[in-house]
Formats: sequence, structure tokens, C-alpha cells
Amino acid sequence: MKMSNKIQTGDRKVIIIGLAIFMAIATFPFWYNHGKAAPKPEPQYTEKAKAAKTCVRDKEYMKAEHMQLLDVWRDTVVRDASRKYTNSSGAEFDMSLSNTCLDCHSNKAEFCDKCHNYASVNPYCWDCHIDNPKEKK
Amino acid sequence: METSRRHFLKIAGISTLGIGAKPVLDVFASGGGEGHGDAAPVRIDKGADAMTAKHWGMVIDTRKFESAEDLEPIVEACDKVHNIPKLENKNHEIKWIWEEEYKHAFPGKGHKFVDERIEHLPFLVLCNHCENPPCVRACPTKATFKREDGIVLMDFHRCIGCRFCMAACPYGSRSFNFRDPRPFISEEDHNKKFPTRMKGVVEKCNFCAERLAVGKMPACVEASNGAIAFGDLYDPESEVRELLKSNYAIQRKQGLGTDPAVYYIV
Repeated sequence: MKMSNKIQTGDRKVIIIGLAIFMAIATFPFWYNHGKAAPKPEPQYTEKAKAAKTCVRDKEYMKAEHMQLLDVWRDTVVRDASRKYTNSSGAEFDMSLSNTCLDCHSNKAEFCDKCHNYASVNPYCWDCHIDNPKEKK
Repeated sequence: METSRRHFLKIAGISTLGIGAKPVLDVFASGGGEGHGDAAPVRIDKGADAMTAKHWGMVIDTRKFESAEDLEPIVEACDKVHNIPKLENKNHEIKWIWEEEYKHAFPGKGHKFVDERIEHLPFLVLCNHCENPPCVRACPTKATFKREDGIVLMDFHRCIGCRFCMAACPYGSRSFNFRDPRPFISEEDHNKKFPTRMKGVVEKCNFCAERLAVGKMPACVEASNGAIAFGDLYDPESEVRELLKSNYAIQRKQGLGTDPAVYYIV
């Protein structure tokens, strides 16, 4: 007797219902959160940052690559003792998170945390580098 | 035609591969994440004021000290500049530069008839920034390393707190942060220009690398009223070499072969 691949008619109903339930559960997070997307983070600038107009590099670069930039800064400062950064427009900066970056962006809660919370990343920079005492958790 | 199971699985497998390959190819096509904003050239170099040396060294003239009071402002200056916490518990203490008795600082060099001045004189001890540092060899993560100018430095970002370096250091120059140091730094002593440390890292004297980079002498040297000299050990004209030429000076535990860069005129 040839074994058939055909599903027996009695089981078909059970399988379809089972599939429907599975799909409902699997897609639950999508339709449950539909239309409730968290708003795009809007980091606030301090007066000092607004006055400076430009950061060390342009805004798009800083937005996407500031972590790579900081990584390079950290290694060159700590290991090579090179602390002067000259950007393409010739502006010079002291390569220091505490004294350069966080001097302008002294508003951790309204600037750094905005995007970090949105992206659910937890950098531990502020464990050692100044965090404003006002913002102590 | 009835589809066989084998045939179905083949089609499904190839489709999955096709779908999966697309995003991967896209990433490669975009060139590894570059291309955000300006790709303009930047330059990284040492500042104009930065001081350089072949091997930084220190000469402490202990003849200029009489009692612990003379050393206090020196230790204080360092503590303040580097945000060193004041911890009550001796086991948790963080020390960069501190006082030590002769017999502990120089074991094996004292004898039972050692002169009275030396016997009671407090000695300033700190990291020796050895020319052959055993801590660097012990560190499994290269968190501690010897810089080109001879300074043995800590990269706190890399330190995993294993404390091998503390076991390796024959001078006890290293301290471990058993507790978060921040609550133990008073607000008026907090130097915002220098980072604090976090719980779980080892720290020690850094020969004020951050001050040398802007052309300043180490904090202890500045606070010592000329009792501590600092300079390049390999520059025969330097202040430290001049002092070593004309005075008898000793190193701590010289027999171990670590070749400390801190010398004591006794």
C-alpha cells in the first residue's frame, strides 16, 4: 500500500486552528505595539553647545560615529599621549571626554540619555567621567 | 504532479538562503559602516606644551624633610588633583603617594644601628615607574602598560580587576577599588577636570601624565618646595641626573631588578 502525503480530512481542522493560534501568538508583539512607536528622541542642547554651533565633527558624523571617535580618543590619549585633535576645518580640540565633550554637553539627562535610552544602550562613561552632581541618580 | 517532500525541502532551503543573503550583501556593499557625514582628514598629535622624555624619573631629597608634617601638603596635593577617596577602612584605602618608615620602604638596607634621623624619618613612597615593570608582565589584559616615555600607566577602561598586578608589584604601589570611590570624595576636593575611578579597578600613581601633557610638573613636585626633582633620566643635562651625579642615592629593592625610576637621596 502506498503511503500518502495527503493529510486526513479529520486532522485538517485541528492543524488550521493550531496554525492560526500560533500565528496570533507569534505576531502578538507587532500588532499589540502597532501605532505606539516611541517618539524619535530629540536631544536638547545647552546654551554653550548652541553657541558653539559645530561639534568636533559635523552633526551627521557625530550622531552615527561618536562612539568610534571616543574610542580612538581614549586609546590615543591614554596610550600615545597625543591629546590634540585638529578637524578638517583646522579647529583644535583637547581630546577629553570630561573636559571637552561634557563641557558643552553638560546636560546628560536631556542630551546623552535621550538617545541612549531610546536605543537601549548603557554606556558607563559617567561612572568615572564627570556627571553633573544635579543629575545623580 | 505531486511534489515530493525532498523536492519541497530543496526549494525551501534555497529560498531561505536567498532571503538571508540579501541584507548581508547590502552591508558589504555599503562599505562597513563608513560614509556618515564628512570623511575629511583629521590630525591627532601631541600638544605644543607637552613635555617628552626618554624615561621620566624622580629624585627625592629626603634630607629636606624632617617630619610627617613636611610630607602632608605633598600627599594632599596629589590626592586633590587625582580625586583620591578618603576611605576609613585601611583595607579599602587608595594610595598614590604616601609615607613609609625606612625599614619598610627599604627592607634589607637598614641595620640595628641605623642612624636616628633615618630611623624616624618618614619616606615618601609612590609607584616607581620601573624600567622593567613586573606589573606590566602580569596584566592579562594590557590594562597596565609602559608608555614610550617610561611612565607605567593604567588604562582603567581595560582593567578587569584581577589584581595580578598588585601581587606582582614588590612595592605595594597599587590599590584596588573595593568600593565605589565617588561617595568618599568630598565636593570641595573633587577635581572635575580629572576622572574618578569606578569600583573594581586597580589604580596607582601616574606620574601626573595628564599634567606633563600640558607642560606642568607633577603635583607632588610642585608642592615639595624643591625637595623632589623630576626629569629625564636619560638626559645627562637634566636636573635629576645632575642631582644623581653629585649625591649618593638609593632605589627601593634594587636587588629585584625592576630598576625603579624613583631615587632617594639619604
